[in-house]
Amino acid sequence: MAEANARPRLEVHDVTKSFGAVAAVQGVSFPLHPGEAHALVGENGAGKSTIVKMLAGVHRPDTGTLRVDGVDVDFAGPADAKAAGIAVIYQEPTLFPDLSVAENIAIGNQPLTRLRQIDRREMTANAERLFQRLGVPLDPSRPARGLSIADQQLVEIAKALSAEARVLIMDEPTAALSAVEVERLFAVVRSLRDEGAAIMFISHRFEEITALCERVTIMRDGKHVATELVAELSVDDMIRRMVGRDLSALFPKQDVEPGEVVLEVEGLSREGVFKDISFSVRSGEIVALAGLVGAGRSEVMQAVFGVDPYDSGTVKVHGRRLRKGLPRAAMAAGMALVPEDRRQQGLVMELSIERNVTLPRARKLARLGLLFGGAEREAALTWTQKLQTKLGRLSDAVGTLSGGNQQKVVLAKWLATGPKLLIVDEPTRGIDVGTKAEVHRLMSSLAADGLAVVMVSSELPEVLGMADRIVVLREGRIAAQLTRAEATEESVMYAAMGQEVSV
Amino acid sequence: MTVTSDRPTPTDAPLGTPAPKRFAGLLKTRELGIVLALALLVAYTAIDNPRFLSGQSIRDNLLNTAILAVMATGQAIVVITRNIDLSVGSVLGISAFAVATMMSNNQDLPMIVALLAGLAIGAVAGLLNGVLVRYGKVPALVVTLGTLYIYRGITYSWAGGSQVNADELPGNFLTFANDSLLGIPWLVLIALVVIAAGSVMMRNYRIGRELYAIGSSPAAAELAGIKVARNLLSAFVISGALAGLAGVLYAARFGTVDAAAGNGYELNVVAAVVVGGVAVFGGSGSVWGAALGALLLTVIGSALAVLDINQFWQQAIVGALIILAICADRLVAFRIARSLRKRDAHV
Repeated sequence: MAEANARPRLEVHDVTKSFGAVAAVQGVSFPLHPGEAHALVGENGAGKSTIVKMLAGVHRPDTGTLRVDGVDVDFAGPADAKAAGIAVIYQEPTLFPDLSVAENIAIGNQPLTRLRQIDRREMTANAERLFQRLGVPLDPSRPARGLSIADQQLVEIAKALSAEARVLIMDEPTAALSAVEVERLFAVVRSLRDEGAAIMFISHRFEEITALCERVTIMRDGKHVATELVAELSVDDMIRRMVGRDLSALFPKQDVEPGEVVLEVEGLSREGVFKDISFSVRSGEIVALAGLVGAGRSEVMQAVFGVDPYDSGTVKVHGRRLRKGLPRAAMAAGMALVPEDRRQQGLVMELSIERNVTLPRARKLARLGLLFGGAEREAALTWTQKLQTKLGRLSDAVGTLSGGNQQKVVLAKWLATGPKLLIVDEPTRGIDVGTKAEVHRLMSSLAADGLAVVMVSSELPEVLGMADRIVVLREGRIAAQLTRAEATEESVMYAAMGQEVSV
Repeated sequence: MTVTSDRPTPTDAPLGTPAPKRFAGLLKTRELGIVLALALLVAYTAIDNPRFLSGQSIRDNLLNTAILAVMATGQAIVVITRNIDLSVGSVLGISAFAVATMMSNNQDLPMIVALLAGLAIGAVAGLLNGVLVRYGKVPALVVTLGTLYIYRGITYSWAGGSQVNADELPGNFLTFANDSLLGIPWLVLIALVVIAAGSVMMRNYRIGRELYAIGSSPAAAELAGIKVARNLLSAFVISGALAGLAGVLYAARFGTVDAAAGNGYELNVVAAVVVGGVAVFGGSGSVWGAALGALLLTVIGSALAVLDINQFWQQAIVGALIILAICADRLVAFRIARSLRKRDAHV
């Protein structure tokens, strides 16, 4: 076997990385061999992107080492990783839109004339040579702005080639590509691999992994699960190892007889983002939107709430059609949205807890247009107590709370408006297990009180435990609608990844 | 249970279609647009009053443009990196006052010493701006607004209401503004050298392209391993140094320097840069475009005087030009974004 006779080109050895209290990666090790494509798989949030960023020199591992050709390396920044021959192609290509394609390839390493000026002719010729080698007809002199994602990725690969990278890391390069484009990308990657480059490939699509990779490393919750030859694993094995964990009694959804229809979404489309989305939510029901990152889950709910526009379709609340693009109308109709990114969209970190809780209702609480402390404090107190938020004083800045308690403040903020429909986007991202259970208990009791809940979540166990119904999105379309009885980890994952269901 | 497993139909767009070519063309014509506007303005004014094209008039226009163009060169470099330097007017003031004081106290100093002193004073001021922006992680708008007041305050407390008068300055310093080499005034010559050097640096040298890259996508620049800190500091030092140089030119041209020299210049400079086609969001535009912007603004001012139009209109016209320039930027960006969204539609 390759392991025995070849020294790995790059070795990740027992690395750990934490962000605040959240351990993103814990004790992960795997080798990348020259001439081999190595897949890295795991659920959303398993720590794959953190590994990529460590290899790229963006993050430094807290403990553990990276080895290139058997020598320990310590990357102080992306420039060091580049110098060590590691090229990274990110999920979102990182080109400079205003510069020409040739310049993008050559940046930082341009051929110079004797006067130390950039030799544009040589630079363009270089780019042309690279494109010829890759077999793509791109014009080196055009600006990178306006290139399709597929073409941008090819430019990134050309960049890696021009830097003579010996390790090529690709973070979900195929997420936004069509089948034809994927095939062409793979042809290029295979030829690089055959020339001796070590490839690391991250993808959620198993058919791509089996088509391209020899070896696979599976991660779960930041931990290393297994590194095996792809040929020795079936897709079922991989999925089981990715999601396999104790479901236990962490997700106590009470059974509720659903009431009248609260939200009705019909044929909602937005060009290039999602298409033909229809579903309904009844009071007392928790409906989960599941799917991979980039499947359009958050985008759909943002459009429903009126934050983003949509091109066609209707949104009805209690049978009344909602005007699009007006969050205020959505709020007036009884909707509340708890966004995914607390720091950016949900809270004003510098303001006090009470101010944050009462923000959406400030107008109602104000007398003669002025806010007095009393009413604010009272409202904030009621809700923070109901949600068992651990806090010092209500006048402390929200930024001083832990992630879980911040999330409770966001929930309190919206629950205080007395909504009929609550939309929560990744309600438990980045919070610890104990608080997670509390948030779940809370959502469940809210539903029992007749609230309709739409939950966008990447965490399968949460989706399976909490939801009465699951709408699985894939690439902007509804791939499946599953009832609680039909849903299993496998069926949701299969639908999200576009595989036929084998059960 | 319903499972739809249809693959998305591939878009099959031929790769590398030159759709955005016309955008590239449009961007290139930004400078051409200014030249055209300038030609129209000059032609119209000259028909009304042929003396507008006389040697003296042209000379005055160029002299008036020189100082603005030198500062616009530095500002363009900073704006291209998606930053801004609002302190240039104050840097001009402190440099003008310092150099004038130095020259009046040492009558025998050669002109080159004055120029170098101005450059050095400005470079130090620019370095402070850059350090605060990069290492203080404060937006450039705020930092340079702060240093605008600080540098001006230092000048005021130093001058204490006094001024350096023309009769205190050495003769060679004063005649410098009017002397010429081969018929071209030194001031204009210096401005041309600065513009040419700035253009070549931004076009043909690594640092220039990296500055464009930083402005085009700051995050990508970090990931690409570009030395962002060093480059940003350089940009601010250049802008400061050129403002310092402009201070010396100012002192030489006007002879009388008090603590208020260059008050409010920063807005003219930013206006010239924006009108000259440098995108306020960084990444595109050119130094010579900014210099053309400076020329256009100056010529508008003098043309309005010649056409006997109320000077108050000048400010309104400059304002309209700025808005027009920004609208053009936004229009291009919007159309590109839309075409991108359509092209990459995968659903």
